[in-house]
Amino acid sequence: MNPVDKRRREFLGGAAALAGAMIAPGVFLYDYAQAKAPGEPASGKVRWGMLVDTTKCESGCNDCVVACNTEHGLPEATRATDAQWIRKVELKDLRSGKAISAPVMCQHCAEPPCVDVCPTGASFKREDGIVLVDRHTCIGCRYCMMACPYNARSFVHEPTTGQKPDVPRGKGCVESCTLCVHKVDRGGTPSCVEACAAAGHEAILFGDLNDPQSEISRRIASVATTQLRADLRTDNGVRYRGL
Amino acid sequence: MDETRRPAAAARAFWTLAAAGAAVLALALGAAHYMELHGHVVTGMSNQVVWGLPHVFAIFLIVAASGALNVASIASVFGEADYKPLSPLSVLLTVALLAGGLLVLVLDLGRPERLVVAATHYNFRSIFAWNMILYNGLFAICALYLWALLERRLAPLAKPVGLAAFAWRVILTTGTGSIFGFLVARQAYASGVIAPLFIALSLAWGLAAFHLAQAFFARLAGEAMDAAMLVRVRRLLGIFVVAALYFVAVHHLTNLYWAKQAAFERFILVGGAPYPALFWIGFVGLGSLVPLALLFHPRFAGARATSVAAALVALGAFAFLYVFIIGGQVFPLEIFPGYEARSAFHDGRVGSYAPSLPEFLLGTGGLAAAFLVALVGARALPILPAAAPAIPAAAAK
Ligand code: SF4
Repeated sequence: MNPVDKRRREFLGGAAALAGAMIAPGVFLYDYAQAKAPGEPASGKVRWGMLVDTTKCESGCNDCVVACNTEHGLPEATRATDAQWIRKVELKDLRSGKAISAPVMCQHCAEPPCVDVCPTGASFKREDGIVLVDRHTCIGCRYCMMACPYNARSFVHEPTTGQKPDVPRGKGCVESCTLCVHKVDRGGTPSCVEACAAAGHEAILFGDLNDPQSEISRRIASVATTQLRADLRTDNGVRYRGL
Repeated sequence: MDETRRPAAAARAFWTLAAAGAAVLALALGAAHYMELHGHVVTGMSNQVVWGLPHVFAIFLIVAASGALNVASIASVFGEADYKPLSPLSVLLTVALLAGGLLVLVLDLGRPERLVVAATHYNFRSIFAWNMILYNGLFAICALYLWALLERRLAPLAKPVGLAAFAWRVILTTGTGSIFGFLVARQAYASGVIAPLFIALSLAWGLAAFHLAQAFFARLAGEAMDAAMLVRVRRLLGIFVVAALYFVAVHHLTNLYWAKQAAFERFILVGGAPYPALFWIGFVGLGSLVPLALLFHPRFAGARATSVAAALVALGAFAFLYVFIIGGQVFPLEIFPGYEARSAFHDGRVGSYAPSLPEFLLGTGGLAAAFLVALVGARALPILPAAAPAIPAAAAK
């Protein structure tokens, strides 16, 4: 077992212990029934991913960002030291002048540079493709932030307040989009996806890239999509349409 | 000064200097504690500039540490007997600078108290993890090397250990350079030239540090520096400075050749204040050309001019690293080629960074730690040529 795999197992144990906290003997706070049993490792059969349809994303709409902040207990970002797990980027095509709006978050690469460079193995990729930081072994060296091609990571610059039980955060550690792993493991959908749908845009689609029958796979098979910085061959789990 | 008063005066000087060093170090520890307590929000760092001034100090010390071994390497690997009396100081200085650099690096971590985690969890794909092994290995090799140099019975070991130390530190500096060279996504770094560039820089910075240490200890002992050795050090330092300039030029020229790097090069070399000024005036001018003039012009052949040249090389090193580390980060990542990007997370915008006092204090603490290790080491061990009993003849030469 390579060190990253080992960390992954340990993390899963820890995460399950935390997420499945017993409130009374035999009574679990969360129900894993339709999803993953506590302690059960993530399956390599699925690869979670997202498809961002920039043709549906509305410029100026920030609902996905707000939903992410609410879900993870992140304060609204006003300074360069504040965490941003997802951000809206406004783009202008330099040749045509066409304006495009799109959310950018951790791209959950199949070959994540952050995982490669992390000295302790705190940055790891689960079998199902979700890239996470084990906040108990992150030493806060920030090398992963230097290595991330998408500027997707944030460093916790000050003591945290308003933490959510599902989302452990800590000063001095690096964090980023978890693809709402705590929801996905219970059969749910990332909050940004839900918020976008609730706003009537449906610009973000979530699903299993490995399942050819999934909606996301069928959409990717039928329309042209791209991965950000495809030249780096990180094979991102997040794809974009209309870029 | 007569012989009886000399030890007392030397002891007084030692304690005064040690106290000064300890005071600077204490300030640094206080600053680190403050940063630890409040988080990095009290520094100038942000999510865009994640490595700040402490890294400038730390990388300088670590790169110079490797180069400080030059003199010992020349003696043991290249068999230059004249350098041999200076070998112990060269090895001690390597240990001192490395200790100072690592101290800063560790105290700048988000979770410095998790050093044990770093020591017990290794991701062997990480060049950072490899570097931790390389740094600790260099300490071990240097300790053995020093022992072999100072203990007559272990003298036969000096050559093989010296060879090992030489190989080790070349690998180590390659590793340090690769921390940056492997960052494929960043315009400023992804380059195979960075590893050899760092080796060239280490030769120059390390020898400059060595000369300054030697001059310092000579002054402390009230002795003049060996004139013949001075001539050699001057020439060598000059060659190393030229080599470093050469690799820096190659790095920028290869970047300029690639169209996709042109914007970054324009930023660093021309447009993006304050980085071009630091680069051209700080590193190229004051840090390289002026020292070269001082080192090669016969008018400035003295020890003092050499020390000025060495100090300028070290200052230039800071200018270089500031541009390299900070300038490399403030330049926005190119995530969307062909598009102009804007966001609340600095996409498409040049970031800003202003170092804060705690960061500066932490950095100077690294220098103070290195100074203290060298000072105490040189007092506790027969490091300095005049005091080394094994080689009085060579030292007198
Ligand atoms: S900051 Fe944490 S997750 Fe990132 S590379 Fe360092 S130890 Fe790994």
